[in-house]
Amino acid sequence: MLSQLLQFIFSGITVGATYALAALGFTLIYNASNVINFAQGEFIMLGGMLTVFFLKSGLPLSAALVLAVAIPACVGVLVEKFAIEPAKGADTVSLIIITIGASLVLRGLMQIWQGKSPAVFPAFSGDLPISIAGAALAPQSLWVLGGSVVIVLALWLFFSRTLAGKAILATSADSLAAQLVGVNTQWVLMESFALSAAIGAIGGILLTPITMTSYDVGIMLGLKGFVAAVVGGLGTGLGAVAGGLLVGLIEALTAGYISSAYKDAAPFILIFIILFFMPRGLFGGKSTERV
Amino acid sequence: MKSPHSGLLFLGLILLALPLLLPNAFYFDIANRMAINAIVVLGLNLVIGFAGQISLGHAGFFGIGAYASAILPTHFSWPPVAAILAGAIGAALLAYAIAPPIFRLRGHYLAMATLGLGVVISIVLKNEAVYTGGPDGMAVPPLSLFGLEPVGEKQWYWLFAAVLLFSVWACQNLIDSPFGRALRALHGSEIASQMAGVDVARYKLAIFVLSAFFASIMGSLTAQYVGFITPNVADFFHSIELVTMVVVGGMASVYGSLVGAVLLTALPQALVTFEGWETVAFGAILMLSMIFMPRGLVPTFAAKLGRRR
Repeated sequence: MLSQLLQFIFSGITVGATYALAALGFTLIYNASNVINFAQGEFIMLGGMLTVFFLKSGLPLSAALVLAVAIPACVGVLVEKFAIEPAKGADTVSLIIITIGASLVLRGLMQIWQGKSPAVFPAFSGDLPISIAGAALAPQSLWVLGGSVVIVLALWLFFSRTLAGKAILATSADSLAAQLVGVNTQWVLMESFALSAAIGAIGGILLTPITMTSYDVGIMLGLKGFVAAVVGGLGTGLGAVAGGLLVGLIEALTAGYISSAYKDAAPFILIFIILFFMPRGLFGGKSTERV
Repeated sequence: MKSPHSGLLFLGLILLALPLLLPNAFYFDIANRMAINAIVVLGLNLVIGFAGQISLGHAGFFGIGAYASAILPTHFSWPPVAAILAGAIGAALLAYAIAPPIFRLRGHYLAMATLGLGVVISIVLKNEAVYTGGPDGMAVPPLSLFGLEPVGEKQWYWLFAAVLLFSVWACQNLIDSPFGRALRALHGSEIASQMAGVDVARYKLAIFVLSAFFASIMGSLTAQYVGFITPNVADFFHSIELVTMVVVGGMASVYGSLVGAVLLTALPQALVTFEGWETVAFGAILMLSMIFMPRGLVPTFAAKLGRRR
């Protein structure tokens, strides 16, 4: 019984960590530009698919990983430069549609380039599971968890210790005021798109050996990352991480104890319940609207 | 289009003349799909454009109607018309039940909640295979109205044309009524309209329920027209298509809804020639039209014409 529960928890926090990374990506862009980037899921897809491609073409793992993070980051900058920036000041709905358009373009290009079949590469340190209290933990899960912890710590250091990080925070607090004290807000926008694309790609890379990848994994991963970001309360980093883990756990427990067919529905039902009682998510601050 | 009636007359003439120009059943089919989308988009535009509330799950209501007209006659031998009504009432009740908590939310939280609603509905349709046939879909018994059965694309064309004309007329009247003015006030500023005595919550609820009701009816008719449905009718992508039609055509514009529906229904047909590049082209067109015409086609051109005069 207990080992079974532990097993579900392991798989829950593993996917949860990926959702948390996706949610951090949403949060970063949302804070810098007030845009919900529906193309976030495609960065996750790009990370996994590009790694598969570079490994297949004979590059060593390290080079493949660097490229599979750097290219999505560049794509993120392109999306910002050519899709978000020209539409400055557009309606929320219009911006959502622009990012959905971007995600269709990325997904379509990947489908043309690499086809529809699922792809995978071997786990970083073998497939021999580690047994903990009767439950099996795949070594790749440790990579996912470890990688996520490192990213969260690195982000925390970036935002609290570096001038570039503080410039992003200043822009998200008040873009005009940040501009007045000399922050290049356009640069900040590009930075946050590059950063969140890179984070998403890393999540996609780490998860691929466990769940496989294909041109269309970005849809569900992106939507669930959005759920995670909203569960925690849009715009808070801590909320994104907690939301991601919570969504992952709920999904794994639903699959284990209720019905595996309904595991994809669980996050969306969770979000209803949470928004019903807390309209601004778990950690979202109170805000007053100016009339 | 100075008076609303001249626009309606113009639309009526187009609908009457169109059958003379359409060469075969294939084109009638496309025209029918345009009309179906236009009617759903009219209802959705009331929610998004006039009441200012994002709904990313509208295909869910469409799906409820579609499956009601498939499941009730097949498994419980209901007459088709009763199934249509039952689906529409069911969708309206669902909208009525979830609206109060959902409309307390704003902006992206509202987008999330409505998106979730649509996703949950489509997952239920996929999983309850005993009734819905699962991902493979199911056949839909034909519509019969007092013993009359519309057969073939041409007969359905007249039915859809009539419903479209009625919907445009109803929408225009609604918008010009005190109800419509209250809705527009609400879009401008919720708090200001509250101060002016508009019962904000009640209006949002009413418009949401109304548009869910319409979406469900169109879902039913579409299912009966096509004769076969899959859970895709309720999925996220269909919701996005509908929202895109609203926004590309022009938010808060009745004729914008029609233009958006016509263009975006025709677009995939036109893109078939691109073989494999449809998704890329569709995405690129969405982005470009939103970047260069964030207010949508009809309002943008209307403003240009107005300036020239």
